[in-house]
Amino acid sequence: MAFHPFKTLLFGFAFSPSLKANVFEVIRLASCFKASLLFVHVGEETAEKKRVFQLLLEECPEKPKSISIHWIQGAPVQVLHQMCLDFKVDLLLIGALKRENVFRFYLGSIARKLTRGSPCSVLLMLNPSVDRHPCKHIVVNGFDSPQTQDTVEASFFVGGALGSQKITLVEEISENRVAVDVNDDKSLRRSILKKEKINRQEQIRVEDLVKKIQLSQKVGLQWETQSIFGRRGYSIGHYARVVRADLLVMNAQENLGFLARFFPKDIEHILAELPTDVLIIQSGSHG
Amino acid sequence: MVKQDNAFVKEFPQNLFSGFVVSLVALPLGLGLAIASEAPPLAGIIAAVVGGLVVSLFGGSHVTIAGPGNGLVIVLLASISTLGEGDLYQGYLYTLAAIILSGVLLFVFGLLRMGAMSEFFPATALQGMLAAIGLGILAKQFHIMLGIRSVGGSTLEQLLAIPDSFLTFLAVHPFAGVLGFLSLVFLFLYSRFRNSYFQLIPAPMWVVVASVGIGYYYRLVLKQALPIGQDLLIKIPDNLISSFPIPLFDKIFDFNFIGVVFSITLIAVIESLLSIKAVDKLDPKKRRSNVNKDLRALGLASIISGFLGGLNVVTVIARSSVNVNNGGTNRSANFFHAAFLVFFIVLLRNQIKMIPMTSLAAILVYTGYKLATPENLLRVYKIGPEQALIFLITLVTTLLSNLIVGISIGVLFTFFTHLFLSNSLLLFTLNIFKPNVLMFREEQSGNYYVSVKNFCSFLNFYRLKKKLNQIPEAEHAIVDLSLCDFVDHTVMEGLQDYHRSFERKNGVFEIIGLDIHASETDHPFSVRKSLPINTLIGLKNALTNRQKDLGEFAKQKGWEYLSVIDSNPKGLNGFLFFDSKTVNYSLNSLRDQNNKFSVFDLYYSEGAFITKEDLKSTFVLFKSPVELPVFVLDKENFKTAFYQLAGFNDINFDEHPDFSKRFHLSGNDNQAIRKLFSSEIIYFFESHPFFHIESNGKKILIKGKNRLSSLQEVKIMLTFAHDLANRLEKEKKN
Repeated sequence: MAFHPFKTLLFGFAFSPSLKANVFEVIRLASCFKASLLFVHVGEETAEKKRVFQLLLEECPEKPKSISIHWIQGAPVQVLHQMCLDFKVDLLLIGALKRENVFRFYLGSIARKLTRGSPCSVLLMLNPSVDRHPCKHIVVNGFDSPQTQDTVEASFFVGGALGSQKITLVEEISENRVAVDVNDDKSLRRSILKKEKINRQEQIRVEDLVKKIQLSQKVGLQWETQSIFGRRGYSIGHYARVVRADLLVMNAQENLGFLARFFPKDIEHILAELPTDVLIIQSGSHG
Repeated sequence: MVKQDNAFVKEFPQNLFSGFVVSLVALPLGLGLAIASEAPPLAGIIAAVVGGLVVSLFGGSHVTIAGPGNGLVIVLLASISTLGEGDLYQGYLYTLAAIILSGVLLFVFGLLRMGAMSEFFPATALQGMLAAIGLGILAKQFHIMLGIRSVGGSTLEQLLAIPDSFLTFLAVHPFAGVLGFLSLVFLFLYSRFRNSYFQLIPAPMWVVVASVGIGYYYRLVLKQALPIGQDLLIKIPDNLISSFPIPLFDKIFDFNFIGVVFSITLIAVIESLLSIKAVDKLDPKKRRSNVNKDLRALGLASIISGFLGGLNVVTVIARSSVNVNNGGTNRSANFFHAAFLVFFIVLLRNQIKMIPMTSLAAILVYTGYKLATPENLLRVYKIGPEQALIFLITLVTTLLSNLIVGISIGVLFTFFTHLFLSNSLLLFTLNIFKPNVLMFREEQSGNYYVSVKNFCSFLNFYRLKKKLNQIPEAEHAIVDLSLCDFVDHTVMEGLQDYHRSFERKNGVFEIIGLDIHASETDHPFSVRKSLPINTLIGLKNALTNRQKDLGEFAKQKGWEYLSVIDSNPKGLNGFLFFDSKTVNYSLNSLRDQNNKFSVFDLYYSEGAFITKEDLKSTFVLFKSPVELPVFVLDKENFKTAFYQLAGFNDINFDEHPDFSKRFHLSGNDNQAIRKLFSSEIIYFFESHPFFHIESNGKKILIKGKNRLSSLQEVKIMLTFAHDLANRLEKEKKN
């Protein structure tokens, strides 16, 4: 289940005010990853739309390995997911709104639906920009889960490709694991000792993850670990906001049912309140 | 463990003494609170005795005192007079059953760790409710204090009848009424007398002792009956054992009865938790109480007390602070207070029967006044006009209906003001169930970083508190509110409490992100709160003559003079003097160029609630040229002599009998202190004017009189400080 570099990217575009920024961002990413890029527009193909889009592409200074543009009609989510499978896409790129209102939250917007059912990894872009906006600090989850190894590797790959300076591996530790209620000075001391112990164990575990990564990928990247105690999925988003991370890398999750939206956990917390750009790694995906 | 046992044995005498002083307060209050609730007088004493015994054995706090509470008077009174449908004794029996059930509830709350429950109430609404309770007590007891027992009706009617009673009482019960009124005047003036002999006996006991003394004067000297009717004297049964009442559980499914159970439990939890929190801040050993364990103990005590015919047991602030002030250090003081009460009841029964109700009512009027003091409203108003509105609405609804309705309206109204101020319903509804607090220990610096987002108000303050409670107070904590769009007054006040407890244990507690926040989202509510004292007193423009003199003096010496209020005076940690006192703020500080010497006026308080005394003194603080042991040097007086008997250590020098007789010297490290106090140093103290002096190891604190010192006195203190510094410098060379 080793992590494979992103070779094929897919971006589903719509003619929105942020189109230019999105396109520039996507092309920049593709050239950073040295990947080929698929543009997909779900909707009618008209000469006018084609002309506008072509102009945009020409305006962009960077040129990735290969670009192809597809115009397909149908239901956006299904079409894009099918495209991902057909073209063995490694990374689905989505432009996202920062905070969705209540109504749309429960219905699930297109971006969110795309994320939930995606067969490959997903990058939710919060702040696309025409000019290059450096990705300095990456926060990546260090959950105790088999998928985490891939996720950490992916973050080092992305960090290397985008020229990041720092990666922070965050272990979220559930309060239940401490299992000491703080009542008075004595129980406070006990809970602190217990936390320190868990903290040490977690650090060793996460450091082992990093050790398994090939040396060449780690060159030039600073990395550190940070334990936080709190509810899984929620705290890491808060943490990413607090440290002003430019990218948050998370494990994808299986079985995101309808009910999960009413009892949000793990990734749903992040989706409900996007702290920054979020990369969700679908581990063991093809390609 | 061995060390702890040693401390227990060593501190045994001072806890015994402190328990004794507390029992002097608990006796009149216990009798009074029971009478005010229309229960038999002994019910209050039973609650205090059971509380003292049970909570000292099973409780989780250290220096608190348990017994009948002020806040409960109103609920118990309503319960006794309504449940019995006119028959007070019958009502009392029903109420006992309610007390027992509320004890069970309290115990369950403790088991379920619901100690955080009181945190769901906004601070201002709670204060409004307490003020209503105070007014309720005051309104009823004022008439009884004047000897008039016929006034009934609602609290408002009773309040309106006060002028009437005042005009007529001389005609009805002149002697008892005047006695009651004088008692009240005495209670108000008591804290003005700063005499250590006089203050050894708490004010309520003076009132009782004086009235019993008058009774004896009539009986033994004038050989005539006391001119107070039998109905105004306390009645206690002659046979204590046989007269235990049996609680009546018949109304257990009655709607009113269930309401009473819940009201009692609510007030008991709130009063206890507020008291425990406040007393923790006075604990000289700076321990943290186990709130849930205490709740269990209080519940158990209430159950037992109810079966024995006593009122319910809560943690009480006034008696606890008396305990701290008199040297109580562990739970045994609570135990001794109960033991002394038993002793009083058994041996002094005849004297207790001579206490006039009017004197006890005066004590209750004073208690009620302290709960409802207009200062509270003023203080709340300064925080924000909307806070005053919350306070008044809760107060009025509580008076017009009952406590449960009152506090509910207060909570709702607070929420509406928050909606109005933040102008966003979504902010609250979307985020209320989200874990909005992130805490982690920064791995490089070791600091605890706490970030709060969305909003933080009384609705979700418990989440923040849960995280903050996990940080040891000796560490460095940073609370970042920059991601938080709304912070309410309850939270700001709570954070200030944390700030104080961190400061007490030499930790650092910083709040950041509010300044940016204010300019970003226009947030007058929280920002105004962050500087409560500065807005409270605007002394900036109107300097007094003394301030001008001080400024002039500073100019002459080339020192710096600041006339502004500093609500967080620095450098006072580690001085034993402030261990059981609360520092409020400092004012008028003078500092020399090298930052070595400073003079300042300090406003601080001792005790809490009805035994609270606001004090002010002028202090000189300077850096010692040599490393010092921690010590306190005070004048030997009656109290210190007594403490010595009670086991407080006084370091005496055989070769300097005069010094040993005049000064009381104490500290932790006897050897180091003896080494420091060489013959020269002792001669220095003997030959200079006397001051209360303390060292915290690095700095020396010199305290002036129990009032602000004049410029002349400041000069004397400064010269003394300079001489002492020079003397210590010479010691170093030797």
